[in-house]
Amino acid sequence: MQEVELQDILTSREDGDYIINIGPQHPSTHGVLRFVVSLKGEMLDYVIPHCGYVHRGIEKMCERLTYPQIIHLTDRMDYFSAHMNNEAVSLLVEKAIGVEVPERVKYVRTILSELGRIASHQLWWAAFGMDMGALTCFFYGLRDREKILDIFDESFGSRLLHSFICPGGLMNDIHPNFQKRTKEFIKYFRKKLPEYDELLTGNIIFEQRTKGMGVMSRQDAISYGFTGPCGRASNFACDIRKKYPYSAYDKVDFKEILFDEGDCWARYKVRIAEMWESMKIIEQLIDNIPDGDYTAKMKPIIKLPEGEYSQRVETAKGELGVYVVSKGEKNPYRMHFRTPNFNNLFPISQLAAGNKIADLIAISGSLDLIIPDIDR
Amino acid sequence: MENEQLAQILSELFPASEIITTQNPIRIKVDPVLIHSVASVLRNDKRLQFDYLFNLYGIDREDRFSIVYYMESTELKHIVSVETDLADHDQPVVDTVSDLWITAQYQEREIYDLMGVTFTNHPDPRRLFLEDGWGFPLRKDYKDDINFIER
Amino acid sequence: MPFNIYDFSTTTKAIDTFLKTNMSPTWAFVTELAIVGLIILIFYAIIGLYLVYAERKVCAFMQNRVGPNRVGKWGLIQTIADLIKLLMKELITIRKADKLLFNIAPFIVIIASFMAIAAIPFAKGLHAVDFNIGVFYMMAVSSIGVIGILLAGWSSNSKYSLIGAMRSGAQVVSYELSVGLALLSVVIFSGSMQLSTIIESQANGWWIFKGHLPAIISFVMFLIASTAEINRGPFDLAEAESELTAGFHTEYSGIRFAFFFLGEYMNMFIVASLAATVFLGGWMPLHIGNLEGFNHVMDFIPPIVWFFGKTIFVIYVIMWFKWTFPRLRIDQLLTLEWKYLLPINLVNIIVIAFIVLMGWYIK
Repeated sequence: MQEVELQDILTSREDGDYIINIGPQHPSTHGVLRFVVSLKGEMLDYVIPHCGYVHRGIEKMCERLTYPQIIHLTDRMDYFSAHMNNEAVSLLVEKAIGVEVPERVKYVRTILSELGRIASHQLWWAAFGMDMGALTCFFYGLRDREKILDIFDESFGSRLLHSFICPGGLMNDIHPNFQKRTKEFIKYFRKKLPEYDELLTGNIIFEQRTKGMGVMSRQDAISYGFTGPCGRASNFACDIRKKYPYSAYDKVDFKEILFDEGDCWARYKVRIAEMWESMKIIEQLIDNIPDGDYTAKMKPIIKLPEGEYSQRVETAKGELGVYVVSKGEKNPYRMHFRTPNFNNLFPISQLAAGNKIADLIAISGSLDLIIPDIDR
Repeated sequence: MENEQLAQILSELFPASEIITTQNPIRIKVDPVLIHSVASVLRNDKRLQFDYLFNLYGIDREDRFSIVYYMESTELKHIVSVETDLADHDQPVVDTVSDLWITAQYQEREIYDLMGVTFTNHPDPRRLFLEDGWGFPLRKDYKDDINFIER
Repeated sequence: MPFNIYDFSTTTKAIDTFLKTNMSPTWAFVTELAIVGLIILIFYAIIGLYLVYAERKVCAFMQNRVGPNRVGKWGLIQTIADLIKLLMKELITIRKADKLLFNIAPFIVIIASFMAIAAIPFAKGLHAVDFNIGVFYMMAVSSIGVIGILLAGWSSNSKYSLIGAMRSGAQVVSYELSVGLALLSVVIFSGSMQLSTIIESQANGWWIFKGHLPAIISFVMFLIASTAEINRGPFDLAEAESELTAGFHTEYSGIRFAFFFLGEYMNMFIVASLAATVFLGGWMPLHIGNLEGFNHVMDFIPPIVWFFGKTIFVIYVIMWFKWTFPRLRIDQLLTLEWKYLLPINLVNIIVIAFIVLMGWYIK
C-alpha cells in the first residue's frame, strides 16, 4: 500500500478533494491524534493519521534514569495497562540480574494485570458505545470501572498510575482487604457484564454499523504487526500469555479468543470475551495467593550486566516489548519500547479508506488506541 | 524449531554473516548492503518463514549505528534477531525492508525521525513525531541548550 | 368569569362576548389574536424550558446518576439559569458568513414550530385554530423547519456545518413521507382531516384500539418516522457530537443557539401531541365502547389532564429511544426509510382502505 505524500496532496489535488481535519482536539479520537481526511461527499478517499502531539521523549529520558525510576515512566505510556507496563520492565530486570521472585509476587502481579485488563476493556466499551451514539454505555462502563479503581485506590493509594510492580517484586504488600474486595468485584461484575450485551451487543443498529466494517485479513495483520484483541479478531494467535508465559500465567487455565472475520464486530466480541476470561483467571488465583515475601532481596543500586535483553508482555492493547542495551551501569544505554498502539494505528489508512466518516469513528473506536502509547 | 537447528540452517544460508547463539534469541550480524536479501530469505524460505516482524529499532553506539530486527514465525514458532552495523556515523544509510513487512515502514520512519538513519527505497521517507528542522534527539551527541540540563 | 375545567369553551365564549360588547368587532378580533398569541408564546417558553429539564432528569436516571439537583429544589430552576446565561452570551459573528441567512435561520425554525402549536387541540374548547384540513396543515407547517436547518448549515461558512445540514435535510425530507402516510391512516379511519372531528370520533375508544393491527402498525411507523423528522434519538446524525461537533448549529452562540435548542424540544412536543391526538384520542378520556359506568368514571379526570398525560407518555418514549440506541449512519437511515418504512406504510394504507370499505373495524 502506497502512503500518500502530504505535500503531493496539497499541491496537486483535484477540485472535489475536500480535506478536513479530525482532531487533534476532537471528542472521539481518544487522545491527541489528528486525522487528515479527504472526503468525496460522505465517502472517505484517504485517511492519514498524524501522531507526535504527545511525544515526551520517554526513550531518551530512560537513558538518564535508573531502573526503579523507569517504572514510573512506563506507567504513563499506556496508562490503562499501567500494571502490565511496569511488569514488563520488572521482568526484564529480574531476568537480566538472575533474581527469582517469590511465588506470592507472581500471583499478585498476574491478578493486578488481569484487573487492569478488565478496567481497560471497560473503558474501551464505554467510549466505543458513546462514539456510536449510545451515550448510556459511557456511564455503565465507567460505573463498573469505578469499582476496580476503588480497589486500586485502597491498596495502592492511586487510581490510575500506581507504579506498584517494581524490579524485585512489589513496592509493598497487598492491603488486607484486597482479596475480599476483588472477590466482591468479580461477583458483582459477573452480573453486570450481561447488561453490556443487552445494551449494545444485541442491538441491530450497532451490528449494522460494525459488521463487515474495517476488515483486516490475517496476512495483513501479521505484516502490520497488528496484535492484541485486534489481531486476535483476524485469527492471528498473538497472545504472549499463551506463547511465552510469564508470572503465574502457566498456572492458570484460560482460552485464547480468536475470531475469523477481522471486522469491527469481531474486535468487539474479542474484548467482551476477554473480560470473561480475565475474570476466570482472577477467580483461579485470588484464593490461592501463597504467603511469603512481597519482594526478593535486591541491591540498592541495580546494575544490569553488559549485553542486550528483551521482554515481551501482553497488555490490554497488544504485545508490549521492552528492549535494553546495557553497558553495565545503573542506567540503560538504550531502551526501546515496542508499543502495541504504534502498530495498531497505521492500518487505519487501509481500513477506513472507501468507507464513510461515521465508519472512521467506528473503526478507530474498535482499534482502541491510546495515543501516549503511540508517541511515547 | 530448536535454536541449534536454526543456527545450522542460518549458517548454511548466510555464510558471510556471524551467528551468535549465546543470546536468546539467536542473533545474526549482517553487512548493511546484504540486509534486504537476508531479510527476504528469512521471510520467504520454507524452513524459516519469518512473517512477523515484531520489533525494529536503532542503537547509537558512539562510533557506529546498529539497526536491530526481531522476527518471529507464526507457523514454525521460532524467533531470530538480525543486527546490522552502519559504519558511517554522520550519514548512516541502509536499505528498507518495508516491502517485506508493512510494519517496518513506520518503525523505520521513527528511526529516521529520532536518529537520522536514512532508509533507501522507503515509500514515504517523512518524519513521524517531530517537525522538520529538529535535530535527531536519540543520538548520543544531541545537544539542546534550552531543554537539556547538562551537569 | 366562568371557568369549567371540563369545557374551556365557556371561558372563551365569556371573554369573546365581553370584548365584542366593549369594542368594535375588528378590534375585538385583533385583541383576541393578541391574547392567543401571548398565551401560546408563554406556553411555548415554559414548556420548552421544562422539557429540557425533563430530558436531563430522565437521561440521568437512565444513566444511573441524578441529573441537575442544585439550582432550586430538585434542580427545577436549572433551565431558567441556563436561559439567562444564554441570553447574556456574546453573539459571535462569523467572518464571511452570509449575514442575512445566518440571522434568519433560527427564526424560521421557531416560526415553523410556533405555527404548528397553534393548531393543537389541548382540551375541549382550548383549540386555537381549528382548520378543516388540520392534519395537512400541521404537516405542511412543520416542513418549513427544514429550511431553517439548511440555511443554518449553508450560511455558517464551515465544512462541518454544511455536512451536518445536508445530512439533516436529506433525512427530514425523506421521513416526511412516512409521517404523512402514517397520519393518513387515521384520516381514512375517521373520514376527516379536522383535528376536532378526529378527536370526537374517538369518543367510544381510541383509534389505536379501534383500528386494531393496522393502526398499531401506523402508530409505530409514526413514532419512528417522527423521531427522525425532529432529528432526535437514534437519528441525530446531524448533530452527532462525537463526530462532527454539533453539526449545523456549530457556529451559533447565545440566544440563536437557544432557539435551535428550544425548537428541537418544541418539535418533540408537537410530534408527541400529534401522536396523542390522532392515535391516542387527544383530550378524549379512555372510553370503552358503551360501558357507561366505566366511561363515566374516566370522565372525572379533566380532558386537559388526559391530553398532557398522553403527550408526556409519548415524549418519554421518544426520550427513551435516544438514550438507549446507538446512532444510525446516514445511508442506513435513508435505507430504513425508503426500503422498509415506505413500502410497509403503503401496504398498510391499502389494507386500511380495504378494511374501512369492508367495515372490519370498530366504528
